[in-house]
Amino acid sequence: MAHAHDSSQERPAILDRVRPAELPRSPLILNNRGFHWITDKVCGIVEEPTPLWWKVMFVAALFVASFTFIGLGYLVSTGTGTWGLRSPVGWGWAIVNFVFWVGIGHAGTLISAILCLLRQKWRTSINRAAEAMTIFAVMCAGLFPLFHVGRVWFAWWLFPIPNQNGIWPQFRSPLEWDVFAVSTYFTVSTLFWYMGMIPDLGAIRDRATTWWRKAFYSLLAMGWRGGNRQWSNFEMAYLLLAGLSTPLVLSVHTIVSFDFAVSNVPGWHTTIFPPYFVAGAIFSGFAMVLTLMLPLRAIYRLHDVINQYHIDNMCKIILATGTMVGYAYATEFFIAAYSGNSFEKFAFVNRAFGQYAWAYWIMVSCNVITPQLFWFKKVRENHSLVWIICLFVNVGMWFERFVITITSLANDYLPSSWGYYSPTIVDIFTFFGTFGFFSVLFLLFVRFLPLLPMAEVKMVTPQADPHAH
Amino acid sequence: MNERNERIHGVACTFRNVSDVFHAAEKVRDAGWKNWDVHTPFPIHGMDQAMGLPRSPVPRLTLLGGITGFITGCLLTWYMNSYDYPLIVGGKPYWSVIFPFPVIYECTILFAAFGTFFGQFIFNRLPHHHHPLFDLPQFSRVSDDTFMIVLEARDPRFHLDDSRNFLLSLGGQEITVIRA
Repeated sequence: MAHAHDSSQERPAILDRVRPAELPRSPLILNNRGFHWITDKVCGIVEEPTPLWWKVMFVAALFVASFTFIGLGYLVSTGTGTWGLRSPVGWGWAIVNFVFWVGIGHAGTLISAILCLLRQKWRTSINRAAEAMTIFAVMCAGLFPLFHVGRVWFAWWLFPIPNQNGIWPQFRSPLEWDVFAVSTYFTVSTLFWYMGMIPDLGAIRDRATTWWRKAFYSLLAMGWRGGNRQWSNFEMAYLLLAGLSTPLVLSVHTIVSFDFAVSNVPGWHTTIFPPYFVAGAIFSGFAMVLTLMLPLRAIYRLHDVINQYHIDNMCKIILATGTMVGYAYATEFFIAAYSGNSFEKFAFVNRAFGQYAWAYWIMVSCNVITPQLFWFKKVRENHSLVWIICLFVNVGMWFERFVITITSLANDYLPSSWGYYSPTIVDIFTFFGTFGFFSVLFLLFVRFLPLLPMAEVKMVTPQADPHAH
Repeated sequence: MNERNERIHGVACTFRNVSDVFHAAEKVRDAGWKNWDVHTPFPIHGMDQAMGLPRSPVPRLTLLGGITGFITGCLLTWYMNSYDYPLIVGGKPYWSVIFPFPVIYECTILFAAFGTFFGQFIFNRLPHHHHPLFDLPQFSRVSDDTFMIVLEARDPRFHLDDSRNFLLSLGGQEITVIRA
């Protein structure tokens, strides 16, 4: 109380004279829902009998996931020729898919870490699911470079472990930096996700009626008791992990962009890549968050917890980052023209009007034009349309990576070594299957773990304020 | 009374809203209690001050982790590319802090995160699956919508009847003795 009193005394005198208007903030939780309603809603998802839609989706997701594993099995048993890689394009769909999936993950960390530091309270409703999305997306991403090395059984040479040749990894290579960046990202995201979940796992444990549920959630909740002495350490650790994840997430896509930017290939060797990749990653990640959360919101009737305010905010972030990406496309062209380097100029003219012009214009229309619809309130309030626009963004961002990777390799310096890359059916099936793999993991998460961070959602309700009467 | 002879962990009482438990906590703090806690479904803003808790020690382990990570990253890259198997790449020095900086940076973050994560477990003394509080029926509502103040028997101020009356005077609702 002493606290609140002090701050009112420090209020600048000018504020008393001008009497600033008290604008009401949009409520984060509608219909004045109480603590018990939130607990019931979130725990209810885990406690209800498995719904039919879940079973159907799970079987379908397993079926789709099998495409990836059959594809990878065929690749390993037959040889890397089964992918469409050949000179001059040595980085095909595998790298495109890797960058695509890693990028998806970035929105989860943005929501859990950067928005936490910026005190954006609306993040709490979507935080947990977005973090789960991050982890599963990074798992999908990791598959591609792992198998892209060719002889996957030697992939452990990437790690600083002594091998039979007595040779260590070469730390000047951006690909080696990637190994460290992506594995650190996966580890830290998982720690952050799990730690944030402990109080909610405790809540499910306390309501458990069957012995297996009690045992399972007790084990995961680690004996959490919700004492303020525990909360004090917990909140400090949460804040620190948010502070650590922020430079981490920015570094991950920066290092992914170094894979390209450190090389000398026209169209890759640019300093704009790190910020441009990070903006693109957040753009695609938010599109994926909305793609996942809009159906879940409808299925579980979470309209009071994830309301129009949350959807508006996410749409606006997509609009902002989409515009940044569009600006980066324009800057690339300007710099290429201004550089006076004929190879660089050619690379960009070739992207827009060369043999992959179709991919370039799919990219521009999906990434630059479609999100501009989010300027309109009518569009943001039409959730089916929001969902469709988000699908377009996902497609556009996949094509962005395709355009960057393929056009620069297919037509570089020597016209005599140019080529045209197309994927094989194995490439296509392997990528298609990762959506199933992702869905399997995400469905398991929805069914067995708390979908929304209950403690954090309760914390942002008006009745959680000790000074409100 | 029989319960005096049993081993007692403390006395618990529940509160129905945030404001009540917050002001009750301030009174417990002002009465000079040391071994007590407020159990809540979510962290209450300002409760650390209301309880008179010192700043959490978790950042110390974060710093320790970060320093360890930075040194590990430097040693790793120096030992592997410059000492054990020197690699000549482009006529550059065998080792400098610049070229493997992304690796050192990631190691710093990784170890700092480990320090933070395990620091939370260490300072919260988790995992801790057996605790007298778990035997209390009303404790299961604390993770839902109930707030609970627990005065522990190991505090020198603890006296069963006085402590109960003290909690009653704070406006607590259900007062229960927790058996150890």
